[in-house]
Amino acid sequence: MKAVIFATRNHKEIVRDPLTLLFGIAFPVLMMVLFSVMQKNMPFALYEIETLTPGVIVFSFSFLTLFSGMLLGKDKSTSFLMRIFASPMTAADYVIGYVLPLLPIAVLQISVCILAALFLGLSLDLSVLFMGIVLIVISLLYIGLGLLLGTIFTDKQVGGIFAIFVTVTTWLSGTWFQLDMIGGAFQSIAQLLPFFHAADAARAVLSGHYEDVLLSLAIVVGYTALTFIIAILVFKGKMQE
Amino acid sequence: MTIEIKELTKRYKDHVAVDNLSLNIEKGEFFALLGQNAAGKTTTIKMLCGLVAPTSGDAFLEGASVVHNQIAVKNNINISPQETAVAPNLTVVENLRLMARLYGYSKIQAEQCAIAQMNIFGLLTRQHEKAKTLSGGYKRRLSVAMAMMSTPKILFLDEPTLGMDVRARRDLWSILRQLKGHVTIVLTTHYLEEVEVLADRVGIMHNGKLRALGTIQQLMSQTGKPTFEDVFLELTEGESR
Repeated sequence: MKAVIFATRNHKEIVRDPLTLLFGIAFPVLMMVLFSVMQKNMPFALYEIETLTPGVIVFSFSFLTLFSGMLLGKDKSTSFLMRIFASPMTAADYVIGYVLPLLPIAVLQISVCILAALFLGLSLDLSVLFMGIVLIVISLLYIGLGLLLGTIFTDKQVGGIFAIFVTVTTWLSGTWFQLDMIGGAFQSIAQLLPFFHAADAARAVLSGHYEDVLLSLAIVVGYTALTFIIAILVFKGKMQE
Repeated sequence: MTIEIKELTKRYKDHVAVDNLSLNIEKGEFFALLGQNAAGKTTTIKMLCGLVAPTSGDAFLEGASVVHNQIAVKNNINISPQETAVAPNLTVVENLRLMARLYGYSKIQAEQCAIAQMNIFGLLTRQHEKAKTLSGGYKRRLSVAMAMMSTPKILFLDEPTLGMDVRARRDLWSILRQLKGHVTIVLTTHYLEEVEVLADRVGIMHNGKLRALGTIQQLMSQTGKPTFEDVFLELTEGESR
């Protein structure tokens, strides 16, 4: 119950900053439209809506990292977190309280992007729904990364780091180009990290290749669990400083 | 006895932040814990609030150990941290309700308690304003009011008037005087006139150790100094870390 009360506060903090929220939803849609227009003028298939949509939605999750990182970073630097820590809340209450309010935002991002993709030619079938479910699981990775950043850095630092984070993770996810176009060490590193597998899992489920989803999704879930464990440990350590 | 501190020590690698602190604070007492920067005041408060684990020693708040029974301690205390520590996008009344709900109050109880605290702290006319739009003085009032929402038996005020103008500071003093006797208050501050106006008893820390303990009059007669400022300077003289 305390977790839900805390989550409600966190939800209000995020949605009452509508410009940032709008940017986190509108910007990915804009990118999707731009790349779709580019595809129409290209002689080969690189940004077809079936491959572009899952990548863009995973890209939009970078903003979840920004939102969760900024919120936790600000709570830490204003000592609001100290006040909350002095209350009889449990560690689980904190984690749930920070994660829960970001899930509806992830659902909103997924829904708006899919709606835009339908206008741009994506066919509506069951695999779209399955992709949405897989994407909700993937969103937890980005929320966890935000909590880790917010635990280590201040809100202002998180804002700066986000610019690097969004660029690097999008490159490594193969959203804008296929990794084998570069190949070599870049491709190897990308395949070791979860971002490529996140986009890959969403693409596989949308294309109906369900057997290819499990391995990629397992890697993402593994990284998500690891991220949350590290975030909680660092969080506990920071509070003892 | 409301607070019994027994040989409380906090060590960070080679640095001893609080060194073997023993001290008793009576029920309803307004106690000021003074010292220069890095004297160990905030670390002491953090240990008493269960935010930082002591390296050795223990403290008992309303009979509950900060080492062995933190939840019981946290149910009896509250803190207004050094920074204002308010939720910036929540209104005044929402901030107050949030605190009550986190301490297990029902919605109705939270509402009643919020109205009572807004009355005491002169916040009724600003109840629907977002906390981030309040002046520094009102943010501080809100911060202390939030700490009072759980009806704590012990209230920790860590530099509550830092950065406030003279009028706002005097207004807050007048509110704090109303709390005297009803709740045990532990205050840290750098403003000695604040201590002279509010405190029943004073503890002066230096380099993590308790250098002096008593009423202002007792300390003045012990040191033979004509003003409390001279007493403070005398007792905090020597090598600072």
